[in-house]
Amino acid sequence: MTELTLVQAVNRGLQEAMRQDPDVLLLGEDIGVNGGVFRATEGLYKEFGAERVIDTPLSETGIVGAAIGMALYGLKPVAEIQFMDFIYPAFDQIVSELAKLRYRSGGQYPCHVVVRAPYGGGVKGGLYHSQSTEAFFCHTPGLKVVIPSTPADAKGLLLTAIHDEDPVMFFEPKRIYRSVSGEVPEGDHRVPFGEVRLVREGTDVSVFAYGAMIPPAVEAADSLARDGISAEVVDLRSLVPLDERAVVASVEKTGRAVVVHEAARFCGFGAELSAILAEQAFYSLKAPIARVTGYDTPFPYALENLYLPNAEKIEAAARSAVRAG
Amino acid sequence: MAEATVNSSRPTDDGSVHGGLPTDRLLEAYRWMVLARVIDERALSLQRQGRIGFYAPLSGQEAAQVGAAFALRAEDWVFPAYRELAVALVRGAKLRSILDQLIGNSTDLANGTQMPNHFAFRDQNFVSASSPIGTQITHAVGAAMAAQRRHDPIVTISFFGDGATSTNDFHAGLNFAGVFQAPTVFFCQNNEWAISLPRKRQTVSRTLAQKAEAYGFPGVVVDGNDVNAVYLAVAQARRRAIGGEGPTLIEAQVYRFGPHSTSDDPHRYRTNEQVAAARERDPIHLLKARLMGTRALDEPGDQKIWEAARATLASAIEEAEKVPPIEPGTLFENVFARPTPRLETERAQCETFLEHGGEKK
Repeated sequence: MTELTLVQAVNRGLQEAMRQDPDVLLLGEDIGVNGGVFRATEGLYKEFGAERVIDTPLSETGIVGAAIGMALYGLKPVAEIQFMDFIYPAFDQIVSELAKLRYRSGGQYPCHVVVRAPYGGGVKGGLYHSQSTEAFFCHTPGLKVVIPSTPADAKGLLLTAIHDEDPVMFFEPKRIYRSVSGEVPEGDHRVPFGEVRLVREGTDVSVFAYGAMIPPAVEAADSLARDGISAEVVDLRSLVPLDERAVVASVEKTGRAVVVHEAARFCGFGAELSAILAEQAFYSLKAPIARVTGYDTPFPYALENLYLPNAEKIEAAARSAVRAG
Repeated sequence: MAEATVNSSRPTDDGSVHGGLPTDRLLEAYRWMVLARVIDERALSLQRQGRIGFYAPLSGQEAAQVGAAFALRAEDWVFPAYRELAVALVRGAKLRSILDQLIGNSTDLANGTQMPNHFAFRDQNFVSASSPIGTQITHAVGAAMAAQRRHDPIVTISFFGDGATSTNDFHAGLNFAGVFQAPTVFFCQNNEWAISLPRKRQTVSRTLAQKAEAYGFPGVVVDGNDVNAVYLAVAQARRRAIGGEGPTLIEAQVYRFGPHSTSDDPHRYRTNEQVAAARERDPIHLLKARLMGTRALDEPGDQKIWEAARATLASAIEEAEKVPPIEPGTLFENVFARPTPRLETERAQCETFLEHGGEKK
């Protein structure tokens, strides 16, 4: 075990995978000589060389398109998109090509690419360095979508992603890249997809969150506990495939659900989660499902703290659910 | 680096790159071109009869496709668009498999997932085609970079049209290939039309090949109606790529005789006279004249080739139409390597729906 920050854990995950398998290689902007704008690939260029840590021209469609070609040929590319906000030039490649190649070829051409991208607000990044648009990708059949919230999960989910057989969108909560640290197992540490992480058990209300929303969810639960309200905090971490059974079981126990994410509310991931709970846990619900999310506005600069969910908002939603029934 | 033009040289017997294709290979090329033309004609009527859902004809592009495919080796990788039926044939895709895909029956290698012409033939290194334009160009570059990394002596080739030269992926693909000296060939069939948009409205570049200059590698214009000229151009580009000299852009100038697809009415944007003028240089007629000129072919021999193509096709259609329709359960296959619990649930729901007299296939 080593104490690492979340971004260091990403780095160790990449390093571990590259040491295990010479077919693993990285491509992206400023990831080589510069070590990545967030230092996620620091030291890897020196260890593995320019052929495996490839600084590409500034073209997201080129990065993902080339990664798809490499994967079709049998390599295991990990593409870095510098910010999730810049992923859209590659959207066609991800949605039309990467997600569909296995299906549309009748299984003849599986295409396993991991696309890494930092996401989320709270870094004074304004419109184009703050967004959380994971729902676009969750809505595309054929893609797996994972978001770690701890250093151990960052490494473990990343190694699972790199060894998976399907395309994986790996979104990293950049707001807690350095503010969250924790023990990370050495070596080939893997965390399976499709399983939630139970952050804390509770009996009165379930708070579902992921990524950078876990710390405020825990803070809210601490505060609620002081008033005798027992909140369960569930880290979804694998949005596709989703551990629906665990989500439903939690609400069957608590009878109340608060769903948290940074992204805009309308058609966000919380909408799907709410629908699943309404379909599968309706008779256990004692209160309306509550969503604590970003507003349905573009992501602001000066007012980002007003825009983002925080412990106070999560706590208020939980209290209101508990009061309701 | 200036743009070059490849002219067809006389066919010789040695089959070398400089001499072009020997007579027996030209005759073989002619048979493939005729078969492709026959499929085109028949597929249009099958579509009108409702026996296949759609079709994108390649008439006018047979020499470009067969010539390019002749210059490749089995171990090379082809990244096609959706009009590359003749390339698939030459690569060794079975006619039955092509028909299976057009119909979407239960032996379709693509599991009935795609509309006609979007082939995938793994055994022929013929990668799955999609409908978005130009997206395969960057894939071919990435695969070439992968081959380079593994020191495999192969090339990749992307097929695309004049319209694709306006796309993001054309730019990204050519730029990446130049930067990384990827062993790849960009094969543009400029058929003058991107659905209704004429080539001159696609770009004001004098040629499409000249765009290669900006990416730092050669661009070559070739008469796409001359199978031998195309063969020479692609063979030369392949040799450059294998030799570590990097990519080449080839512009094969052809003309799309038919509509963009069975959903298109070209009379809205071009005249019959224009098409008739282009048909004066029908690649099949040009090659026939050449073969007759060297006495490699005569009229009775030509008749036999057409009849054989029609007979082969008729029996392939008959066989493919006898195959049972695709099973409903296949809807849920190959979304992922293994179905997620959610997909298993949906499959079960779908089965229940069918068991209770729901929609029959």
